[in-house]
Amino acid sequence: MSGTPKTGTNLEKRRRQARMFRFLCAAMTWLAVIVLAILLVHITKQGIKWVDLQFLTSFPSRFPDQAGIKSALVGTLWLIGLTALVSIPFGMASAIYLEEYAKRGKLSTFIQINIANLAGVPSIVYGMLGLVIFVRFFALGRSLIAGALTMSLLILPVIIIASREAIRAVPGSIRQAAYALGATRWQTVRDHVLPSALPGILTGVILALSRAIGETAPLVMIGALTYVAFLPEGPLDAFTALPIQIFNWASRPQEDFHSLAAGGIIVLLVVLLAMNASAILIRQKTQQGKQ
Amino acid sequence: MEDLAVKKGRKYREEGIRIGLFLCALVSVITTIGIIVVLARETISFFGVVPVHEFLFGLEWRPLLKPKSFGVLPLVCGTAMIVVGASLIALPLGLGSAIYLSEYASERVRNIIKPVLEILAGIPTVVYGYFALTFITPLIRSVLPETQVFNAASGAIVGGIMVHPMVASLCDDALQAVPNSLRTGAYALGATPLEVNVRVIVPAALSGILASFVLAMSRAIGETMAVTLASGATPKLTANPLESIQTMTAYIVQVSLGDTPAGTIEYQTIFAVGSLLFVITLAMNLLAHRILKRFQEVYE
Repeated sequence: MSGTPKTGTNLEKRRRQARMFRFLCAAMTWLAVIVLAILLVHITKQGIKWVDLQFLTSFPSRFPDQAGIKSALVGTLWLIGLTALVSIPFGMASAIYLEEYAKRGKLSTFIQINIANLAGVPSIVYGMLGLVIFVRFFALGRSLIAGALTMSLLILPVIIIASREAIRAVPGSIRQAAYALGATRWQTVRDHVLPSALPGILTGVILALSRAIGETAPLVMIGALTYVAFLPEGPLDAFTALPIQIFNWASRPQEDFHSLAAGGIIVLLVVLLAMNASAILIRQKTQQGKQ
Repeated sequence: MEDLAVKKGRKYREEGIRIGLFLCALVSVITTIGIIVVLARETISFFGVVPVHEFLFGLEWRPLLKPKSFGVLPLVCGTAMIVVGASLIALPLGLGSAIYLSEYASERVRNIIKPVLEILAGIPTVVYGYFALTFITPLIRSVLPETQVFNAASGAIVGGIMVHPMVASLCDDALQAVPNSLRTGAYALGATPLEVNVRVIVPAALSGILASFVLAMSRAIGETMAVTLASGATPKLTANPLESIQTMTAYIVQVSLGDTPAGTIEYQTIFAVGSLLFVITLAMNLLAHRILKRFQEVYE
């Protein structure tokens, strides 16, 4: 390639370089696997001794050996449930509008660019939005619903983008067949497009919700409490959540609280794993159905 | 006649549904407007007290203690150190992994690596923060004992680990989009795999690769919990990665953890810093889209 005559040694050198390059790329890739392994082993080693029934059923405490994550776990479940209730309908409706109704024009392009940019806004900025709009302006206080609405806005772009892809993957022939039989646009969408797209949408929704489970910064911004010794009973109650509790423990100087944080992380990762596993299960099941 | 009434009712219903869906789609536009209004309102009143140039070019950030000083550069410097460090790790590693995944790896290896990258991307940032604090920092300190407990290097390394999967997966997409004829053509001319990749495939996918780099840096700028936990709360202008620093995001967290009443200048500072953060990340995201559009090679 350099224009010099190709001698045997030159070819040998080029081949050696090619082998080295391949090795380098492979090493970089496997490094990711190693890092993940180190991370999981480190956290398990630090925290597993705390994870027992007492840890799951106790409230936080000043004393590490009495502390638990009951209120954080319940708070997270509430938060995710409420977030799902708000974000799924809005996300799906937006996706349906953009894919099935909107005319390809300036407004629809604008909404699309807008969604792409929203997906790149740092989560802490959503926290500031939630603080001013939901906590202060709508006077919801530091409540579950304020947290859930903030989280909903945060994951809405993710849900919309995933749902649009799922809807776009539905073959046009299905729509044409429905129209040919006299179905209206909404009947076509409701009875034919959505059922076909649902597995893809669900996968996207679950992945978006698992992002919300781990988000910490927006909750810190809206002022989720770090010490909660009661269980929330309704959407207007104050709450704490797993990542907040982990952050609180990890930011204390004492060793024991650090390993408590690791215990909390194990619980958080198990919750995330369960959600991701269900997403994979849905994906596999529908792929089997199609074959 | 009855038929006509049914038809008419149906038409109204269809139109109602269309409008309802449209309003839902507008939520995202309203969110954007909301973010801009919320940030701008407090920022404007902040600039009523502190001149813009003092904020943007001031060399000292001491908003909570007297004598107060509102120069944002130390926070920008902290963020820049994290971004540079994270990029040094994530960009080469991400591109290297993508080349391996796209050009070398067998289907079996891909099926192992891809989920691992997805898991790494899905791990919450607070977990990475904990990892930085309790694993990476002690590791650095065992090699360089003068390292402070909170330091920029630890946050940068963990930031790199965090954005690496994003670079890898976006670059992988870009490389996969290069048509096979370019590969086979280059091999037919006698090029080695290295030459094919470095001189043909990567240049052909350059727009996607560059866009992924910009997006990754933008992500690193907005990263919050890991740097809050690992890199400290000491805003300062320094280039020493072993010292404690403070990023823009960590400052916002620090203030919101305390009880700062609305309307005070301290409260307004987080919105001024937040605005700067928003403007920088937005500009980078727009830049990434621009790169994708403008430099995209069009293949048949």
